[in-house]
Amino acid sequence: MADYEVPQVTDDITTPCLKTGTMAHMAPYPAMPKHMEPFGFPGERVENWQQKGVEKLGELLKKYRSLQVYLDICVKCGACTDKCHYYLGTQDANNMPVQRAELMRSVYRRYFTPAGKLFPNFVNAVEFDEETLGKWFTYFHQCSQCRRCSVYCPFGIDTAEITMAAREIMNAIGVGHKYSLEIVSKVHEIGNNLGIPKPALKGTLSFLEEEILDSTGHDVRLPVDQEGAEVLLVAPSADFFSEPHIQSLMGYAKVFHQAGISFTVSSYASEAANFGMFIGSYEQQRKVAMRVVEQARDLKVKRLVVGECGHAWRVAYSFWNTLNGPFDFLDPRYPAPQHICEFTYDLLQKGALVLDKEANDAHVVTFHDSCNVARATRMGPKAGGQFEIPRALIRAVCNHYVDMDEETIREKTFCCGGGGGLLTDELMELRIKGALPRVTALKRVMEHDKVNFVALICAICKAQFTKILPMYGIPMDTVGGVHQLVSNAIVLGAKKGVI
Amino acid sequence: MLTVLSYCVLGIFLIGFMGRIIRYARTPAPVKIPTTPAPVTKMGVVWRLLTEVAFFNSLFKSDKLAWAGGIAFHGALVVVLIRHVRYFVDPLPAFFAPLQIIGIVAGLAMAGALGFLFLRRVLFERVRFISSLADYLILLLLLGIAFSGLLMDFLLRPNIVAIKSSLLNMWTTVTALPPATSPGDYMFLMHLMMVGLLLIIFPFSKLMHAGGIFFSPTRNQVDNPREVRHINPWAEQ
Repeated sequence: MADYEVPQVTDDITTPCLKTGTMAHMAPYPAMPKHMEPFGFPGERVENWQQKGVEKLGELLKKYRSLQVYLDICVKCGACTDKCHYYLGTQDANNMPVQRAELMRSVYRRYFTPAGKLFPNFVNAVEFDEETLGKWFTYFHQCSQCRRCSVYCPFGIDTAEITMAAREIMNAIGVGHKYSLEIVSKVHEIGNNLGIPKPALKGTLSFLEEEILDSTGHDVRLPVDQEGAEVLLVAPSADFFSEPHIQSLMGYAKVFHQAGISFTVSSYASEAANFGMFIGSYEQQRKVAMRVVEQARDLKVKRLVVGECGHAWRVAYSFWNTLNGPFDFLDPRYPAPQHICEFTYDLLQKGALVLDKEANDAHVVTFHDSCNVARATRMGPKAGGQFEIPRALIRAVCNHYVDMDEETIREKTFCCGGGGGLLTDELMELRIKGALPRVTALKRVMEHDKVNFVALICAICKAQFTKILPMYGIPMDTVGGVHQLVSNAIVLGAKKGVI
Repeated sequence: MLTVLSYCVLGIFLIGFMGRIIRYARTPAPVKIPTTPAPVTKMGVVWRLLTEVAFFNSLFKSDKLAWAGGIAFHGALVVVLIRHVRYFVDPLPAFFAPLQIIGIVAGLAMAGALGFLFLRRVLFERVRFISSLADYLILLLLLGIAFSGLLMDFLLRPNIVAIKSSLLNMWTTVTALPPATSPGDYMFLMHLMMVGLLLIIFPFSKLMHAGGIFFSPTRNQVDNPREVRHINPWAEQ
């Protein structure tokens, strides 16, 4: 592994002074024709790319109210300038949300506003030229679509909407991002982001069944493609493959087992994640999500439960109903879809689970709110349930819980630094620097409150932190899932579910 | 002249402004993207938007200085605009009399707040970096309007009776002309011209944040995507 310069962690998150171009070298690997063509995108940059790009922008302005309004109404108040984790970690001016958006706004002004057509210099309107496209490719891949800026903007301007549009425009002219496109391809070809084929999936799950049997003596099942199961569990595929994700998967299985609710995983829809969102494509989001709906019908399940994955929960909670709804074929007594934390919390409320908190006594736990869950979704019936339900679950399964600094949790949470399609090795420097605010807040509770476990509900957060935290001197096993803690505490065989 | 110009300026402003608003309203919002936690009812959204517009809740969370400057300027502007009704209504209802002094205090506050916002733009590194000439021009224009207005109150009194009578007549009488004999009268003409310029650039600039905010999907959507199916009008069904 290459040597990376890891920023110095201070006691408080501070706003660094401004520099230009500190991250100008950090563009992701471009997609090759074989990555682009399956989606109907041009394999290489098209000849008249400037014209096509501007046309695509015009098309998106007619399709997305968010884009049209947000390109118009920014007053440049500067309130967002110190809110992005990538700015705080890199000092690069283009990582201030307003300046990132300006990369598109300046083009928008040039081609779509009278002021930009008449007095381009005066209003800062620029041509969609080679230099601009270069900046787009670089800096629209330094945004993790975490929406922290949209919380603080007086008009709710959401840079994620602008980033998504930029990526869609770039794909339309043949300038794609290899990592995200490869992943969406794998979903279409194999069924999940990681490319785990059905036999391997089956093998992993039966191995896990054996492992739970060996360690607990209980026959906890992890079925695949079982028709007639009550619940279709849609987990991020990392849950079938990576540490510590797999610990949470075992946790989900134990919860189903104890509740006496049958469930199944689908080999065809073995992915909760939906990178269609990251590339800004409505159509790809719909196609990826369609697999889940098809499987829910084919397997004749009554409920849909989504595993621990941040942007997946956003797509599932906010978009599934629009993309492929209605879900009127499912049991109307339950929300469709339901988050695994909602599911487990509901069982807890009903008294269906017996929990031994002391099983987690070795841990002093804190919770990292995943950006997409925190700022783009809800759990339970009340606004803010996405903060309270995971915390209530953690408190129910362990004795020692501490929150991080108020300015870094709930809707003010910082992205892990690897979201939005940036969880790829060539962007490692960005990922390390982008994690700085979160690491700062985490280190503080580790030092002051002896925290030694950060509970997560996102596959990307888990993958990012297991890789990045050790670089900051934090042990890898500090990171785990909320259902990993549930898995530790749940008393198997104590009593069967109440439903 | 005054009549023709007034109709032109008002026409550009109204048609331009309504054109943008109609465009915002007609552009579909394909998916639900409220910034959560968000209200789960329509009434909740109305409350969220009203308090956002009245108190700048989000800005308060993010930048206390910008908030203070912003709320002082916008609040003062509202009071100043209300006070200006006196120049367009005859006879003036009795309750307008005490507004005079409040309005003038608000005028001072408005100039002060604009000065503060201007200094903030110049002095703060990050805000300076993101500012274009247009951002400064709009502030300077507003400052010019505020100062010329205050000058007429404190130093260069124009012939206000004649001005009011020409304003009252300008919509109906083509020959209506404001007086132009004293320095105060010229100050008034400058005041009027700057207001006209502001109205002309309004629909084509960031000033559209007034009005635009009501169409911001992250703020105006109800958080109920599971309960109510949101339809994307351009999706293939």
